[in-house]
Formats: sequence, C-alpha cells, structure tokens
Amino acid sequence: MSVNLDVLQAHLESALAGKIESSVIALGELTVEVASQNWLEVAAFLRDDSVTSFEQLIDVCGVDYLAYGESEWDNSGSGFSRGVKREFSFDGSDDPAEAVEFEGKRFAVVIHLLSIKHNHRIRIKSYCDDNEFPVMDSVEGIWNVANWFEREAFDLFGIMFNNHPDLRRILTDYGFVGHPFRKDFPLIGHVDMRYDEELKRVVYEPVSIEDRTLVPRVIRTDQRFSPAVEGND
Amino acid sequence: MPEIKNFTLNFGPAHPAAHGVLRLILEMDGEVIQRADPHIGLLHRGTEKLAESKPYNQSIGYMDRLDYVSMMCNEHGYVLALEKMLGIEAPIRAQYIRTMFDEITRILNHLLWIGAHGLDVGAMTMFLYAFREREDLMDVYEAVSGARLHATYYRPGGVYRDLPDTMPLHEKSKWYSDADIRRLNKNRGGSVLDFIEDFTQRFPHYVDEYETLLTDNRIWKQRLVDIGIVSPERALQLGLTGAMLRGSGIEWDLRKKQPYAMYDQLEFDIPVGTNGDSYDRYLVRMEEMRQSNKIIKQCVDWLRVNPGPVMHEDHKITQPKREAMKGDMEALIHHFKLATEGYCLPEGEAYAAIEHPKGEFGCYIVSDGANKPYRLKVRAPGFAHMSAMDELTKGHMLADVVTIIGTMDIVFGEVDR
Repeated sequence: MSVNLDVLQAHLESALAGKIESSVIALGELTVEVASQNWLEVAAFLRDDSVTSFEQLIDVCGVDYLAYGESEWDNSGSGFSRGVKREFSFDGSDDPAEAVEFEGKRFAVVIHLLSIKHNHRIRIKSYCDDNEFPVMDSVEGIWNVANWFEREAFDLFGIMFNNHPDLRRILTDYGFVGHPFRKDFPLIGHVDMRYDEELKRVVYEPVSIEDRTLVPRVIRTDQRFSPAVEGND
Repeated sequence: MPEIKNFTLNFGPAHPAAHGVLRLILEMDGEVIQRADPHIGLLHRGTEKLAESKPYNQSIGYMDRLDYVSMMCNEHGYVLALEKMLGIEAPIRAQYIRTMFDEITRILNHLLWIGAHGLDVGAMTMFLYAFREREDLMDVYEAVSGARLHATYYRPGGVYRDLPDTMPLHEKSKWYSDADIRRLNKNRGGSVLDFIEDFTQRFPHYVDEYETLLTDNRIWKQRLVDIGIVSPERALQLGLTGAMLRGSGIEWDLRKKQPYAMYDQLEFDIPVGTNGDSYDRYLVRMEEMRQSNKIIKQCVDWLRVNPGPVMHEDHKITQPKREAMKGDMEALIHHFKLATEGYCLPEGEAYAAIEHPKGEFGCYIVSDGANKPYRLKVRAPGFAHMSAMDELTKGHMLADVVTIIGTMDIVFGEVDR
C-alpha cells in the first residue's frame, strides 16, 4: 500500500484530536477507536479530507463482547465434560441470569474503509453506550452502501441505527424473534420448524435437540505469540 | 380520466432467473420498475456463528460453501486472515499453487456467470459451451483435492498437498464407450500440470467462440447495452467492487494494488470499461478470463521447474506428515493436539481481502486468544452488489431486471452467508 500508515495515523491524531479515543497499528492495519457521539463526524471527515479520502465503505460489522476472553475449559472447578453445553455461563456458575451480567460496553460497530485514491485502508470502531438498547448513528448518509450492512448488524445483533432510512430485518426469517449473533443466543436456536400434517401448515416448537460442544474453547498462552519472547526468535 | 395505480409484483424466490433464492418485491408502473425491494436471507445458514463454535481449520470447508462457484477464492480470503494473525507465510510453491487455483476458480466462476447470464437473456448455447469447459477445470479440482466443488484445499500455512503426478483417467462404463474413453483421456496422459497447460492452450480459442456468439450479436447487445448504468461516483458510494467497479471505468484490482500470493511476480492486465453498463461488464469479464488464462500459464511454467514444500514447517499449526506420525512421538502429539483442540490465535483482530471473481472478498477475524474465532465477519461482494439492486433497476423494464441480476453475478451462498 502506498501511504505510510504512520503518516496517516499522525495526521488523524492531529486533525481529529480529542475526537478519537485511541489509534493502534497492528498487523499492518490501522484501527481507530471513536466515542459513539463522534461517530458521524469522524466518518464524514474520513471521507471528505483530502489526505484520508476514504471514498468506499467496505464493511460494517457488529461485535458482541459478552463472552470475550472466556474459556469453556475450566481447569479448576467442575470442568467441561461430555460436550454438553450448560445454560449460557462460561464462568462456571449455573445461574444464567448471573452470567448475563456484564461490565463495560458490550456491543461495538466496526467499519472498514478503503481509499481508492490513496490505496490505504482503515478500521474504525465504536462501542455502543447502552448494553440493553445499543444505539449507533447511521453512516448511510455518508456511504450509501452502509444501508444493508447496518440492517444486517441490526438483524443479527440488535444494534439500532439512528436515522437509518429503512431499518428492517434482512437475513433472518419473516417473524424471527431475537438477534441470533448475540453471544447469549444459543447456536441451536430457540425453535424448531416443521410442517404439520394435520394442521396443514408450518409450526414452530421449542427446540428439541441438545446443544453439544465437541471442541471446547480454550485460551492458552502461546509462547510464540507473547511479546516477551519475540526478541528471542 | 381513469385512476392509474402502481402495482406490486412478486418475483421469486424460486424463479430460474433469480440465480438462487432471491425474492424481489417490485413496485411497477406498467412495465417500468419504480422500486425494487430484494428480500434476501432465504439461504442464511449463519456461517459466521457456526465458525465461532469451531476450531479455525474446521471452518475452511464452510468458506467453500459461501460463494459455491468460486470455492478456492473464498478459502484464500479466510486462510490469508488466519496467516496474518499467526504471522506465518506459506512456502513460495504453495503461493504459486494458490495463485494458479485462484485463477482457475476465476475462470470457473466467469464461465458459470456467462452461461447463466446468457441463458437468462436468451442465449442458451452459452450454457452448454461454458459447462463443457467447467468440466475440465472441475476435474483439476478433483485431481488435487478429491472434491469437484467444495475442495477445502487451502490451509493456513500452505495447501493440503502438492499437485499429483498423474491425472485421473476416465474408465469405461455403461455411459461411455471405448471411443468416448479414448477421446476423454486424450489429454490426461500426463501430470495435472500437463492437463492444465493443455487447457490453457485450448481456452483462448473457446473464449473466441463465446465472443463470436455474443459480442456482436444484435439481440445480446439490445439486451445489455445501456442497461444498469453505474457512474464511477455512484459505484464507489454503492460499495461495488470487482468487475462491477471496473466496468464503470475505475481501474481497481487488489491483485495489482494490494498484491497477495504471487500476483506481483506475474504479468497481466486489468480490463476497464467506459460506460458502466451491463455490456461493459460483460466485456470486462470476458477479458478477465483471457488474463486469468495468461496467469495460469505463467504459474504452470514456474511450478514445473521449482519443486519444494507446499506446507509450513511449524507443526503447531500444520499437520505433520502421516509417515512421521507413525514413528515420531512429537509428530503424534502435534497431530493429536491439532485434531482435538486446534491451534490458538494470538489476541487481536485482522482483516484480509482478496480479489475474488465477484469483487472484494474479505474476512475480518476478532480473536480473544482462543482456538476458535471470537467473531468472524465475511465481507461478501455480492451483498453490496445486491443492495444496489434498487438503484440499478429503477426506471428499467421488468425484462431488464433479469439482465441486471445476471450482470451483478449474484450467488446467494455468499449474499446470505
């Protein structure tokens, strides 16, 4: 890529001082974190400024940080046995209500931008302030393509977008309940659907299969990736 | 004066021209489209959610099933994102193999596109011609991976195995006589590379045949010229990528601009359109097939003279050789760990994009240090193209909707994910 990311980062930090919370270059990608109230302003700046000129929005993506950093394999306590998943609780407690309690901001919206003119990319990220009712400003007015991407984030994560022209569900079925990509939505779902011979229509029933985990999530510290030993090899 | 009202027409979801399961709600004034509201998601399988509950390698197969006519390109996008986070690079021979198969896949994709597009618009012969050539390329897929469509051939750290020395032969059956078998096996005597090279020699002639049928065809031009015009500014706003963007005159190709694999070592050109209509996009894709053919030829030449490993040596990530597993304790442990637990990615996030036959295909991975992705987002080009449907069809006739679906090269596996 042509433009040096350091230069771009320095430019953003001076031009948007006070509006961006952090900017990091990792793995050759620039990530800028923005507070949700500055979201639109920063987005418009990134498109219109002559140094950045991100004419194209590549992707809008929702992320749910509810279970971030949680391992399923519990070494100390009862452990994880026979692949049967308990009610959602990664922390070993059997009370699902307790597990949903979450500190910090849960939902984030991540945007990937591309500048055709300067041939560089950026990722901007913002956390929604309210965990119960996540809201973010819509960038549809800045990049029209965001329309469907934001509908998708709304559908799958339940993130509401302010001033979106047409915020409907997009990928899930007509009449679907819930937001399936949230971490507290089970992989097997809540309902089964089948055609009922007697009623002559499709009926929904509570899900009949059991949630199984064949490979548990494990988080291990890998020596190769820890920064302390990076200099050694 | 009688009151004239718009009426609403339901198109699909099982219409043959809908290229899968597209349901369009068309608001029409007579035969003119006022508004198109595509209803997608009828093929939504939750690939990204499924990937969150599986070790990284087990999701490679899901990538094939996203855009199920350009399988290996999808794998490439995913595998690149993994490699970026792991900080490894595939050996150079694997990179060449990937480049070659990306281009084979591009031809496969464009052949299906021209076949289906032709069929929709009324040129049925194209479908038969295109599938004749697809057959050869899918045989190549089968020879290297064992599967004709869903290959799962790319792995983080390389490709599953090196190119085989022999091309599988057709056998006599009640469907094939001796004469058929002789004809079918004529160019399969050598290695897979020989077969691919033979194909690259035949293919330019085939493209000439297609162009003879279509390029100056009066009906074809009547159906395509000036249909679905996109200006360069709108193309950027609407997030169009790939041939849809190049058809509008913007010279943008990730293979040139942000090269991955071996594209910076190879010689090829980027075709660009001028008017941004369906006909220009047709011309762009036809030329892309010729360019892909050229790239394949260069890769074959390189692969012939440069043997070497095709898999990364770090067995914490890639499977050890099966022979080693039988005698070596270390290798056995590695195999066991990889099969039961997979490998962990360092904490962080990465986005890797490739020039997919349809546009920019990217994978955004968020990892919290576990052996499964915390969040995997697949950026499918078709999704953005589909969202431009309303703007592209506005003011066109009902019959042009079919042309526009065709020119967007829609595959629902990737739109719905």
